[in-house]
Amino acid sequence: MPQSQRIALVVMVALIAIGPFLFFPVFLMKVLCFALYASAFNLLLGYVGLLSFGHAAYFGMGSYLSAHAAKVWGFTPELAIATGGLTGMALGAVFGFLAIRRQGIYFAMITLALAQMVYFFCVQAPFTGGEDGIQAVPRGHLFGVLDLRSDFTLYWVVAAIFLACFLFLYRIVHSPFGQVLKAIRDNEPRATSLGYRTDSYKLIAFVLSTTISGIAGGTKAIVFQIATLTDVNWPMSGEAVLMTLVGGIGTMFGPALGATVIVTMQNELAEFGAWVMVIQGAIFVACVLAFRRGMIGELQAKLRKPL
Amino acid sequence: MGNDVVLETEGLTKEFLGFVAVKDVALRVRRGTIHALIGPNGAGKTTVFNLLTKFLEPTAGAIRFDGRDITGLKPADVARLGMVRSFQISAVFPHLTALENVRLALQRERGSSYDFWRPERLLGRYEDRARALLADVGLDGYEEVLAGLLPYGRKRALEIATTLALDPPMMLLDEPTAGMAHEDVDRVVALVRRVREGRTILLVEHNLKVVAGLSDTITVLTRGQVLAEGDYAAISANPDVKAAYIGSDDA
Ligand SMILES: Nc1ncnc2c1ncn2[C@@H]1O[C@H](COP(=O)(O)OP(=O)(O)OP(=O)(O)O)[C@@H](O)[C@H]1O
Ligand SMILES: [Mg+2]
Repeated sequence: MPQSQRIALVVMVALIAIGPFLFFPVFLMKVLCFALYASAFNLLLGYVGLLSFGHAAYFGMGSYLSAHAAKVWGFTPELAIATGGLTGMALGAVFGFLAIRRQGIYFAMITLALAQMVYFFCVQAPFTGGEDGIQAVPRGHLFGVLDLRSDFTLYWVVAAIFLACFLFLYRIVHSPFGQVLKAIRDNEPRATSLGYRTDSYKLIAFVLSTTISGIAGGTKAIVFQIATLTDVNWPMSGEAVLMTLVGGIGTMFGPALGATVIVTMQNELAEFGAWVMVIQGAIFVACVLAFRRGMIGELQAKLRKPL
Repeated sequence: MGNDVVLETEGLTKEFLGFVAVKDVALRVRRGTIHALIGPNGAGKTTVFNLLTKFLEPTAGAIRFDGRDITGLKPADVARLGMVRSFQISAVFPHLTALENVRLALQRERGSSYDFWRPERLLGRYEDRARALLADVGLDGYEEVLAGLLPYGRKRALEIATTLALDPPMMLLDEPTAGMAHEDVDRVVALVRRVREGRTILLVEHNLKVVAGLSDTITVLTRGQVLAEGDYAAISANPDVKAAYIGSDDA
């Protein structure tokens, strides 16, 4: 890891460590779930150049299945969250297979269409609880021993999940496989002409991204003890795009910072009701105009060091 | 002798929405030669390259490479068989360093390219070879520069180094000297001479001096069809070829 990223990692870990002593753990856990979701999304947009506009499907279904596993099947929280990850993986494998051959805007459109199908399925399917969602999901005991009812205890578990997945994403990007992904992003025909079967690489990256999105959704369900249609509806896909853009596409730390900014904003602006969307939109436009490369992207360009 | 021919097409044809870009082309490239494909702008040279490497599906015809029918293969698999192309518009990976560009070609062969759980460090074992390849095309000192920031001539050199990294028995070069300054052109010509040993090269080139200096055989393409074929002396004396080039002030 280059020194710049090492420092960024230390700063991030330090913030995660002191966070719960300064802010509400539930708020911070929300930030971490979305930071993970946005980072997973950025694996595709930032490092393969694929704009998925349907990541809500994997986040949302991960959330539903985790909630269902914890509540109905009585899974322990770590197994419930793993169920969310597997859900994201399975769904991603099918949808990825259908979408991966499409290029550019067609890829975005087909991922959106598939995600909308999932949404309508969730509206109809009895197990999701319709408008009510799956409520009163038990947080349970980690590995059957550690009681997670305390927000403070749960926070450390969520922090560990986030960090583990974040480092895993870092490894994917900085692996022999990640090199090929970046080459595909830069110039797919050239990668093909060197003998790379680019569709397979893109599909694997897609499934890795949806798996981690499922984990993020599942963790969210355990934290808030609820899974709802909001998790699986299209604005949730938009959130991933927004957070990644604000933080910096194709940077390791950008999406997490973007998620922090957006979630904080939504919390602060909650009292304005319906105006949140408008204010958020305005801030977003201002952000994009001021920092075209996103916050971390601009910093990275200033320092000339990867972040 | 049949096995003397490494690449052969039969009735190769490509239609774009009724427009015939390549028509009934029979190409025979002998093993170990440098074979030039020339012709005015829009003659269909790049389209032939796209067909040979399967970046485009032929409308009709067959392609045999190294004794094998490759008409139904995917482009990546054609490359794996050892026929590797370059592109008319310089094709590098702009956000990777020059070293990473070349290393990318080297890392495919060993089959660790799907390992998303392993560290990048593993790629270190290709570094010496990558540096040597870069030095070969005059890019020593540029290893850590992002490919997108290299000047045009150096990008083309990097592209050739990347292609050479695969050590392909057959190379298809689409206008490797286009848009280059004189000294860069000379460098590329010298490089092609140096690396031709043990390979077959199919070359699209507008610079007739380069063609004259390098090629054993020349095929002239106009409006998608083969107009003439022969060595440089025969081609330059051919009245049809002269006629084809007059009026298209491009040579
Ligand atoms: N994808 C495509 N769709 C439609 N027409 C195409 C396509 N590709 C090429 N053509 C047409 O086919 C003809 C041959 O083009 P091609 O690029 O093969 O020419 P070329 O001989 O390489 O020319 P140049 O010397 O300018 O590179 C041109 O008229 C071009 O417009
Ligand atoms: Mg051309």
